[in-house]
Amino acid sequence: MSNILKIFSSAPWSAKFGMVVILFYAIISIFAPFIAPYGETELLGRAYELWSDKYLLGTDNLGRDMLSRLIYGARNTIGLALSITLIAFVLGSLTGMIAAALGGWVDQILSRIVDVLMSIPSLIFALLILSIFGTAMPYLIGTIAILDATRVFRLARATAMNVAVMDYVEVARLRGEKLGWIIRKEILPNITAPLLAEFGLRFCFVFLFISALSFLGLGIQPPTADWGSMVRDNATLIAFDDITPLLPAGAIALLTVAMNFVVDWMLHKSSGLKDVS
Amino acid sequence: MLVDSNKNSNKEISATLLEVKGLRIEGLSEKGWQEIVCGVDLKLKRGEILGLIGESGAGKSTIGLAAMGFARDGCRITAGEIIFDGIDLRSATENEKRKLRGTRISYVAQSAAAAFNPAHRLLDQFAEGPIDHGVMSRSEAKEKGRALYRSLDLPDPDNIGERWPHQVSGGQLQRMMVAMAMSCGPDLIVFDEPTTALDVTTQIEVLKTIKEIVVDRNVAAIYITHDLAVVAQLADHLMVLRYGNLIEVNSTGQILEAPKQEYTRALLDARTRHEKTTAEIPNPEILLSIDKITAGYGNGPDILQEVSVSVERGRTVAVVGESGSGKSTLARVITGLLPPRSGEIRFQTDLLPAALAQRTKQQLQKTQMIYQLPDVALNPRQHVRDVIGRPLSFYLGLRGKEKERRIIELLEQIELSEKYIDRLPDELSGGEKQRVCIARALAAEPELIVCDEVTSALDTIVAKAILDLLQKLQHELQLTYLFISHDLDTVASIADRVVVLYAGRVAEQGPKSAVFQPPFHPYTRLLLSSVPEMKQGWLEKTLATREAKAGIAREVKITERGCPFAERCPEAIPEICSNERPPIQTPASGHIFACQHSPEVLSK
Repeated sequence: MSNILKIFSSAPWSAKFGMVVILFYAIISIFAPFIAPYGETELLGRAYELWSDKYLLGTDNLGRDMLSRLIYGARNTIGLALSITLIAFVLGSLTGMIAAALGGWVDQILSRIVDVLMSIPSLIFALLILSIFGTAMPYLIGTIAILDATRVFRLARATAMNVAVMDYVEVARLRGEKLGWIIRKEILPNITAPLLAEFGLRFCFVFLFISALSFLGLGIQPPTADWGSMVRDNATLIAFDDITPLLPAGAIALLTVAMNFVVDWMLHKSSGLKDVS
Repeated sequence: MLVDSNKNSNKEISATLLEVKGLRIEGLSEKGWQEIVCGVDLKLKRGEILGLIGESGAGKSTIGLAAMGFARDGCRITAGEIIFDGIDLRSATENEKRKLRGTRISYVAQSAAAAFNPAHRLLDQFAEGPIDHGVMSRSEAKEKGRALYRSLDLPDPDNIGERWPHQVSGGQLQRMMVAMAMSCGPDLIVFDEPTTALDVTTQIEVLKTIKEIVVDRNVAAIYITHDLAVVAQLADHLMVLRYGNLIEVNSTGQILEAPKQEYTRALLDARTRHEKTTAEIPNPEILLSIDKITAGYGNGPDILQEVSVSVERGRTVAVVGESGSGKSTLARVITGLLPPRSGEIRFQTDLLPAALAQRTKQQLQKTQMIYQLPDVALNPRQHVRDVIGRPLSFYLGLRGKEKERRIIELLEQIELSEKYIDRLPDELSGGEKQRVCIARALAAEPELIVCDEVTSALDTIVAKAILDLLQKLQHELQLTYLFISHDLDTVASIADRVVVLYAGRVAEQGPKSAVFQPPFHPYTRLLLSSVPEMKQGWLEKTLATREAKAGIAREVKITERGCPFAERCPEAIPEICSNERPPIQTPASGHIFACQHSPEVLSK
């Protein structure tokens, strides 16, 4: 515990801010049912009620409490984005490292598959798949994860290539080590820094992508609360000088900024650059 | 204006150009700011070369850069004066210093390959400085570049500047960097280990260029190196440094003849050749035999052509040659990384499968390798415990306490203590890293260790300690070494048998005594004469020899016909050598020699 505090106190203000914000989001999404004043899908009052003591942020187009939906939305959207990013990373970095470590035809086949996937605009690709298979959660997760894995593959392969030519990897090969060991022990520890940085970025993109899909009606389906569709459903309010629909958008933006602050700091730390001024 | 003032100041030849007084520099480490240069004074006149010498960490480069009024990131100049031609560099503004650098003071870095931008043509990079400083127009700068290339004897001086950095050889690149430093006609040049990464023959070519420039153009120079023999050829004065302290300063002759300090003597001693005497081994067993190996990469030419070498158990066989001669390719063939196109490799009596994947664990265990650059041979994320421990558990199945005990035993064997066990490679010095690499090789309990240029990246004193360690281990464990090197001094001190490789063919091989004594193969003679000797005037004497005139400043080329060395050979017979394969001769048993001339002719 004291160790964590020590790392925290040595961080620059931007990273501290980022960590506090991420912690805040984490608490909100884990304890959503206890924090939210009303239920996620409860119909409470009239549509588009103004901010009041009863409904702190007013109600939405169906008369549901905005604050409660914002809190549940954190849970749904972050949970989904996190699981998609994790799957994309496991898939992308593993195949990327395999391609780099083996080279030859394995690399050729994997890279060409990725090229094909990347050549289709991702939004079109997602729309296509989701309209064929429907918008059930597993398909949503699978589609976005595969799309994102292609980007992770590219990065993992490129960075792993630089490591794979190092003499210490040659030493491991000469020792007779298997592929698994070379990837796990020799390559992975040396490419974690760029992968982590990419993780932060990717997570934000996934977030935005889910929101975009929800906005188009193909993402998380109603009545489940989700920030993207909340913007869409209440967008009309902006015409009446009400900033409520911007709150979910702001929540997305804040998390993105916080995430990137932390990632920047981690990158800086692992790159071993010295601050001199 | 700048050019004019240059000419005026050139007249006062004897005046002091650079004066540094009480220079103190601090560096930032994990423990905060620590002094890395502790009060150094120096004075330099025009036409003089000052040699800064010491091991890594001595503060040589830091002082060299400070002479330009510059401190690297993580360093700061805390005290002292730096006066360059009447200008106080410490109080000068950044802009004033910028005007001086590149025009009146310039810098030549260790690795030309890393210092040139690979995306620009050489002449454009040459012209960058003069144009940027407003000294010359583009066409003037290019004209000046061609003139400098011509005066430095670069091949095809009118067009070489249009090439890209990767299209010229390492030595040529380093010379072009010297030319670049000369572009604005500077008064002071700082050379930071400009020949450390080069072959002996290439080194001579660069040294010659530097000497010419400093003497002919009357500039002052600071020459930073860890190699006393190299700097002895150039410098008028030497400063010996250690841990940022001045150990000894004197004229070059005095330092070489009568060093006053213990440390200077140690430096001199590390560079002095101590020949190993080969003890007789009754009934020698052939451990490794390589028979008529031909190998190459992809669809490229044969890098190795019918190379045969055999290694006796308990002996050290050295493979020598310049870069491009195929030494490292031979190592890759032996270890199985590059399956040969033809020929076979036998370990004891077993035929080794050509490809790595087909070799058994036991076969792999018997041959281990130590690399040139310990920095990239150690995984930066693995602790010493894991580095040495892995072969123990992988080959020998050791676990837990037993493994721990063996790791400590190995650490003691390589003369490091137990406390190194939890360190990361970053926390080790260059020499310590190489020791850990040796321990990793030993952990597998091998019979043969392939050493690929293991000392060429290390300082002289550290390198000598590593060689001593390798010899000690050979005695204790009856190890066999295949020792790849371009440094004949190193080879002389460790090898029993020498294989001289040129353009993928064996030029000569035999017991060390036969190879290193007349009659010489012309290529062996060139290599031997290129090793700097620890005395002044050696460079001039060597450059005057026939070998040097014919062989220096050329690169290794692989040829299909004739003798590949023909065009660099002072003894070449016109028409015959470039067309006919040299006959293989065996003047004595075990001594093989590929040349048109008979040994009797060559011994003259």
